[in-house]
Amino acid sequence: MVHVKDVLKSMDYGPAPEGNEHVVAWLETHKAGFGHFIDGKFTDPAAGKSFRVTNPADGKLLARAAHGTAEDVDRAVAAATRAFKSWSKLSGHERAKYLYAIARNIQKRDRFLAVLETMDNGKPIRETRDIDIPLVSRHFYHHAGWAELLESEFPGYQPVGVCGQIIPWNFPLLMLAWKIAPALAAGNTVVLKPAEQTPLTALAFAEICREVGLPAGVVNIVTGEGDTGAALVAHEGVQKIAFTGSTDVGRIIRTATAGSGKKLSLELGGKSPFIVFDDADLDSAVEGLVDAIWFNQGEVCCAGSRLLVQEGIAEKLYAKVRARMEMLRVGSPLDKSTDIGAVVSTEQLERITSLVAKGKEEGAEVFQPSSIQIPGTGTFFAPTLMTGVEPASTVAVVEIFGPVLVAMTFRTPDEAVALANNTRFGLAASIWSENINRSLDVASRLKAGVIWINATNLFDAAAGFGGYRESGYGREGGREGLYEYLAIDSAKAKGKEAAKVAMTAAPSPTAQIAAIDEVDRTAKLYIGGKQARPDSGYSYAVVNPAGKQVGLAGLGNRKDVRNAVEAAAKAESWGAATAHNRAQILYYIAENLSARAEEFEARLRTMTGASKRDAAEEVATAIRRTFFYAGFADKHDGAVHSTKSRHVTLAMNEPFGVMGVLCPDEAPLAGFVSLVMPALATGNRVIAVPSSRYPLAATDFYQIVDTSDVPAGVLSIVTGNAAELAKTLADHDEIAALWNFNGGVDAALVDKASSGNLKPVWNGGARNWQSPEAQGREFLRRSTQVKNIWVPYGE
Amino acid sequence: MHTTAAVALAQPDVLRNSQRNAGTALRPEAFESIQVNLSAVERRAATLPTRRTVKKEYQAAWLVKALTCIDLTTLAGDDTPGRVQRLCAKAMRPLSDTLLKGLGLEDEPPTVGAVCVYPTMVPAAVKALKGSGVPVASVATGFPTGLTPLPQRLEEIRYAVGEGAEEIDIVINRALVFDQEWQALYDEIAAMREACGEAHLKAILATGDLKTLRNVYKASMVSMQAGADFIKTSTGKEDVNATLPVSLIMIRALRDYVEETGYRVGFKPAGGLKTAKDAMNWLILMKEELGRPWLEPDLFRIGASSMLADIERQLEHFVTGRYSAAYRHPMA
Repeated sequence: MVHVKDVLKSMDYGPAPEGNEHVVAWLETHKAGFGHFIDGKFTDPAAGKSFRVTNPADGKLLARAAHGTAEDVDRAVAAATRAFKSWSKLSGHERAKYLYAIARNIQKRDRFLAVLETMDNGKPIRETRDIDIPLVSRHFYHHAGWAELLESEFPGYQPVGVCGQIIPWNFPLLMLAWKIAPALAAGNTVVLKPAEQTPLTALAFAEICREVGLPAGVVNIVTGEGDTGAALVAHEGVQKIAFTGSTDVGRIIRTATAGSGKKLSLELGGKSPFIVFDDADLDSAVEGLVDAIWFNQGEVCCAGSRLLVQEGIAEKLYAKVRARMEMLRVGSPLDKSTDIGAVVSTEQLERITSLVAKGKEEGAEVFQPSSIQIPGTGTFFAPTLMTGVEPASTVAVVEIFGPVLVAMTFRTPDEAVALANNTRFGLAASIWSENINRSLDVASRLKAGVIWINATNLFDAAAGFGGYRESGYGREGGREGLYEYLAIDSAKAKGKEAAKVAMTAAPSPTAQIAAIDEVDRTAKLYIGGKQARPDSGYSYAVVNPAGKQVGLAGLGNRKDVRNAVEAAAKAESWGAATAHNRAQILYYIAENLSARAEEFEARLRTMTGASKRDAAEEVATAIRRTFFYAGFADKHDGAVHSTKSRHVTLAMNEPFGVMGVLCPDEAPLAGFVSLVMPALATGNRVIAVPSSRYPLAATDFYQIVDTSDVPAGVLSIVTGNAAELAKTLADHDEIAALWNFNGGVDAALVDKASSGNLKPVWNGGARNWQSPEAQGREFLRRSTQVKNIWVPYGE
Repeated sequence: MHTTAAVALAQPDVLRNSQRNAGTALRPEAFESIQVNLSAVERRAATLPTRRTVKKEYQAAWLVKALTCIDLTTLAGDDTPGRVQRLCAKAMRPLSDTLLKGLGLEDEPPTVGAVCVYPTMVPAAVKALKGSGVPVASVATGFPTGLTPLPQRLEEIRYAVGEGAEEIDIVINRALVFDQEWQALYDEIAAMREACGEAHLKAILATGDLKTLRNVYKASMVSMQAGADFIKTSTGKEDVNATLPVSLIMIRALRDYVEETGYRVGFKPAGGLKTAKDAMNWLILMKEELGRPWLEPDLFRIGASSMLADIERQLEHFVTGRYSAAYRHPMA
């Protein structure tokens, strides 16, 4: 018995457990285990294998869930396919009503879901109650709006089909919402596999779907483990895979879906920097760190896990951080005064423990607050600060996914940016400075998809979330997120199968060079602003459809690609130039192309056998298209999202950096120009591989480039065997995005090779390059990635 | 310096503030480069009360603690000695015998922290509170605006002290903050402190007038350097009175000051705190940001008039399990 008198002395908080009797009763009714939710019904839990679902806070069994097999996945996909027929035909308004009903019912069940999530995952009730579940209903509300607006806001787009969605255990219901809400809004149907550690809120969500009368098969939930997910990824009836989880699994999925044509979005790991400048509000930065790394036990993909602090204030900040850590409370996740709950599983706890030990071994100083009392049972880990960490330390490189902060210092803003970007990942970043000039400058230079200024871990359905680099691609939330669940109507024009080109370097015994009525011309490669002989020293014959050899082209190899990429990497200022400046150069290209139109017409006629009219038309298209993207250079605007009050949330379209472009055989000039210009206009540097069969229009083009003030390295042209060069481009870690429009290049090979640095690949397919479907916003969108910068304001 | 700070902040056993703030020389370098980010401060303030929950016996105890920190206040144009006497009666015996018994506090019945009145009401309050141990606090220095001449303001302090006030709630000259005239502000407050003598000085910053949180921080620091025993948010007469974000900034200043000098200074939010829930929020703020010592009336006061009644009702609910009505509790 506690006496008021005693508490008056101690002034302790005392226990404040959240009641869980409703959830316990619900679990009791499912004592027999959970089946899958397929076609609007739960399958028999007794059928097939099942697995244990436990509460990480005490290790006790909560329920058993079915272990989905390939047959279960097959039945779910079949149900989703049937449901797609009618669901995709519903009016946006009808779909909006369902999404609205889901949002409302999640709100009505919010405490139930919060308690269940806490029991299943181990995260504190404060977070599920105040953060996870409110964001879940917010996400459905937001997307009810998109369903309603889809037809008017996305003309020319249609749903993708059946979406396979695989979500992690760190925000189980929130990740479900991020996946299901946009998919349904856009008219898709889904098969979702929750993580095996945390399937329960997804199953409760299935019951809510049934409750609101969502048509059968629109949402299917198949529980299971890695093999279940693999079956879903491999299923031929699935048109799109959306995955959130580790970079390693993301890579496996990229490889598994290679060449399948499945649309893919990946939200992967991170090692996000948290940068504190000496003019920051330090006490607030400390609170920011609490929200960054001691939120959700640090099991957050965008956790600010790398503290970068300006040298002069480092010790002061560390002292404040340590003092603040003493106030953190680790304990029962259901206690309303708990800051840090249980780590999701023993495996995860072991991983965190061993990484911290490794850090210590490598010389880091490890601090854990003395006030923390780790509960006797369950998987708990104390909040940890590691100082004396260097960029080369293991703990500074790998994602720990636990309540562990590693700290390093920097001297100047430039060094802060360099350290921040010194990672394979690029999910998020947090910048603390009261100087808006410095903050925005650093924000613009960071390679990350989400940047918070003087804040961290702010989320809203209206803003896009997603990474750069090996943190994945695609966005979730906002307008940019919806594209992941939409397909554009066009790109269905059938192109001709690419003809096999014999790229022999030997002189032809039969080919007859046309009579020499002009001086022989040598087509070289164009690398780093200079004409370059191919590294191989070989050239191959370019033969027109009549079998006549029309010239020789360089047989570029992997070293030529390497050189081109190195030159491109140095030409970074292109992306920083004004859009007006880039437009001017594109106009200048068009001007020079126009001046030499006849020469290009003649080239096309001899090389491809095109009629005079067709050749003239193609050159005219190339000029027009260059104008088109010159015009667009300063008009591919970002957005200001409507998120929280007194926050500017900027969605900026940023170039990828260095892009590889594989051009089609059809329309060797117009195709080349149609792909290179949008990429250049948006600020990318481009390595273009022209048509292997008809490369000479592209090699003529470098003379235009030479005379149009294009900075060295911005556009390189490497001729040769496109299929071979494609592999090198797809493999190259410096190349951030790749477009493959060459019918002779195996999409599977490119997809597979791209999994190295997880660059997005656009296997664009054939189209009529002279028609408007070969230009437009889709090309601009594919040459940029959206960076969301959150700028709170107020005085 | 850090050693002092660590001791001052961390010792939970030290429940009494042993050493009165002696002030320091004016040291603008301690506050001029302060950076405060409003949105971040608001986020912290908004989530603080959601991160801690206090229930049952603990909640009852915390509410009793809040009660002992209340400066039970009447500062109205229609105050009379009779009105003040009624307030004092409540101040000395805020909880009924039934409640005391239910709480197990019959042996040590709590009183409020002080009674706070206008200078001319001090004699009546002193008389009414005689022997109770409840001190009388008086506002002074041209409250609430502070715009009377300095000699008159100082004289007002001396008057109130002479009549038996043990605590003086002064108001600072806001214009000096707007113009960043720190020396002038420091000199005025130092003079007031001198006029107080043994009486403790609470410096009211009128944060609703100061507007920016940087101003609040700077005014807090100047007040402490000039020797304030407490810093207090508001007179209760500004458009915006005590808020959690403003309190958080003042508390950060307190923390920085104790780290630098070793002196613990008290904090008093005033104006707008009306409910038991408000009391809990501010107690959580104090405990989380400053630690256990700041949960005692020598370092924490709440300027309020209606809060006590709400606390009584909550305590009655704790004792009886039934929800109470205001009319069942004696008026202040």
